[in-house]
Amino acid sequence: MNNSSGKGLAAFMADCSRWAFTGSTSYKIFLLVLVAIIGTGLWTYSHQFRDGLIVTGMSDIVSWGLYISNFTFFVGVAAAAVMLILPAYVFKDADFHEVVIIGEGVAVGALVMCLLFITVDMGGPLRLWHIIPGLGLFNWPSSILTWDVLVLNGYLALNVLVPLYILYCHYNNRKPVGWRYRPFIFLSIFWAVSIHMVTAFLYEGLPARPFWNNPLLGPRFLASAFAAGPAVIMMVIIIIKENTTFAIDPIIFKKLKRIIIVSAVINLLMLFSEIFKEFYTFTHHSLSAQYLFFGLDGRNALVPWIWTAISLNICGTLLFAFGPQTYKPRYLMAAAIALFTGIWIEKGFGLIVPGFIPSPLGEVVDYSASGIEILITLGIMATGILIVTLLLKPALQILTRFKEFNKGKAIEYP
Amino acid sequence: MTTRHNEEDQMNKEDILPGKSSRRSFLKGLAITAAASSAALVTGGCALDSLPQSKEELGLKWQEYFQDNYRLMTQAEKDQTVERLTRLAKLEDNRDLNISSQGPREQVLFGYAFNISRCEGFMDCVEACVQENNLDRQAKTQYIRIFEMEPGKLDPSTGDGSYFHEVPVADKFYMGVQCFHCENAPCIKACPVKATWREPDGIVVVDYNWCIGCRYCMAACPYYGRRFNWGKPVVPEDEITRRQHYLGNRKRMKGVMEKCTFCIQRTRQGKLPACVEACPTGSRVFGNLLDPDSEIRFVLKNKKVFRYKEELGTDPKFWYFID
Repeated sequence: MNNSSGKGLAAFMADCSRWAFTGSTSYKIFLLVLVAIIGTGLWTYSHQFRDGLIVTGMSDIVSWGLYISNFTFFVGVAAAAVMLILPAYVFKDADFHEVVIIGEGVAVGALVMCLLFITVDMGGPLRLWHIIPGLGLFNWPSSILTWDVLVLNGYLALNVLVPLYILYCHYNNRKPVGWRYRPFIFLSIFWAVSIHMVTAFLYEGLPARPFWNNPLLGPRFLASAFAAGPAVIMMVIIIIKENTTFAIDPIIFKKLKRIIIVSAVINLLMLFSEIFKEFYTFTHHSLSAQYLFFGLDGRNALVPWIWTAISLNICGTLLFAFGPQTYKPRYLMAAAIALFTGIWIEKGFGLIVPGFIPSPLGEVVDYSASGIEILITLGIMATGILIVTLLLKPALQILTRFKEFNKGKAIEYP
Repeated sequence: MTTRHNEEDQMNKEDILPGKSSRRSFLKGLAITAAASSAALVTGGCALDSLPQSKEELGLKWQEYFQDNYRLMTQAEKDQTVERLTRLAKLEDNRDLNISSQGPREQVLFGYAFNISRCEGFMDCVEACVQENNLDRQAKTQYIRIFEMEPGKLDPSTGDGSYFHEVPVADKFYMGVQCFHCENAPCIKACPVKATWREPDGIVVVDYNWCIGCRYCMAACPYYGRRFNWGKPVVPEDEITRRQHYLGNRKRMKGVMEKCTFCIQRTRQGKLPACVEACPTGSRVFGNLLDPDSEIRFVLKNKKVFRYKEELGTDPKFWYFID
């Protein structure tokens, strides 16, 4: 163990990639399955690239679909890392400190997914250099989309560099130097809120779409993110606990659960407030909500989805809130999946698609994602999972080694 | 009538000009270093389905890929760009085109008025627009929509935009909708790369070569004024309007936005837009808002006019009026 101290960055990278790709047979099969799904996604994307977005289910009326829906949702997952970072670093919570790296890994995976979802949604992906500041023409500060480019890439950088530095120190059995990374931790806390607020402002700032043009959208994005994100993190922690030797104190489930319940209840409260506003005084602007919840002009593609989402939302919240105190992984997993899926539907296409329906000229059409769209989406999700896996595998190895090395010594959390 | 827009446009131009040369040189460096790999990229990006047949074509495509935003170009660069497009049309499709880069005229601000008591819903305007602007026949793209309206309503969203029967129908009236060329256009604000802007003569245009196809402008438009090329647009060879403008009816690529340009290729030469010319009932009025003797000024002065979704503060240059 001692001989690893003082190794350079090259050795660190080499060891990390070695650890990332070594594992049991089932781990390798897992990686291969992910690679296969990514490959299918890439192959499907080549069709979309050649023929244009005509291969999707989108139209001039519903001009954003599954890609942007997933983008919106996963921004929330990325932002949720702050729910671990905040208690771990600001309140110096030792339990959260143990798993904060998992939150950061999930954030990186989610952010890469967000950027990929945006890229595959572009009509001219090769012209994307036009949006690079200094190279193209960056319509900042006028266009909220340019803000989103800045905050998403900035947050990605923060969530890559800070854990990288800490892991590198641990790898060399050194304690990270506080002033070198703590300012960035605090920056990333504000930044996490900003990525989700800015993404909400993308929609909130459009008077053309009354369904989105609603000041509650931003806060609701945060509430749902702080429920769904920790649910994802909980799922990842359960998987790690079940499949690896990495020690996880069950207290972490209790603490995560508390965060999830509070956020989920606030989210449901805001949902109720929105439903009240739309339907108590039914105005011209409530037509999108009417379409979403009950259908409009005989079109009702989203109705089963949104009621499924609301049921899952309520179920997940109740499971977390009134569950037995045993913290059985299987039970928690079910609750987390229910809540995650519910919010994924509700904040994904349950939010994006009805914004376009009816069109500004009153036309009602249905949207359903095409097979190509679904395969590309699955490919991107697999990419995210692969990234989280390949980041967490060596990271946990390093942490375990560091803990073994310091066995018997009291660990002081920076 | 305000002239604020003129100053704004000039200001914007000043705003975006600095940094141009550094971008240029950076691009140059980039071009040299990435030459080999990007060749494949360029051919793939511009036309995967029609690979360049000659070295000249490849070279032109290469230049086209790295061309600047149209608004930043000097007139000489604009002419060069248009020349390149003309040559590429010849090389790729053996088409002889006359593409213009004509700028706005001084003291001109275009405005449009639509007479809802006269229109009888024949849709000759739609047909003329499709022909004039080389609109995608496969996707059946239309810049203009005509809504059949019930008496007692004035909001097109309550009307029927897909009627298919003999017109006019008794007790109905008709309302045309297209891009309203807003002075305070939400689409321009939304575009992340400044690929869409308002020209000094009031026309909201798109640089098809600069648009990245994110469709944020489409989400931002409260009038359904913009169209997207989901696939490669198809126009029968013998139906192509060959007198074109860079910002107007020239060939669009897949994956870019397009919209009504008040027929910029016609109106900058003093002609009327195709829809106005084609209208058999004389319901469409177009002209220079800065000319006190123009018909549009007469309408605004003497008729009862209103604008659609006035409450959004978009300040459209398109009025409806009643005889």
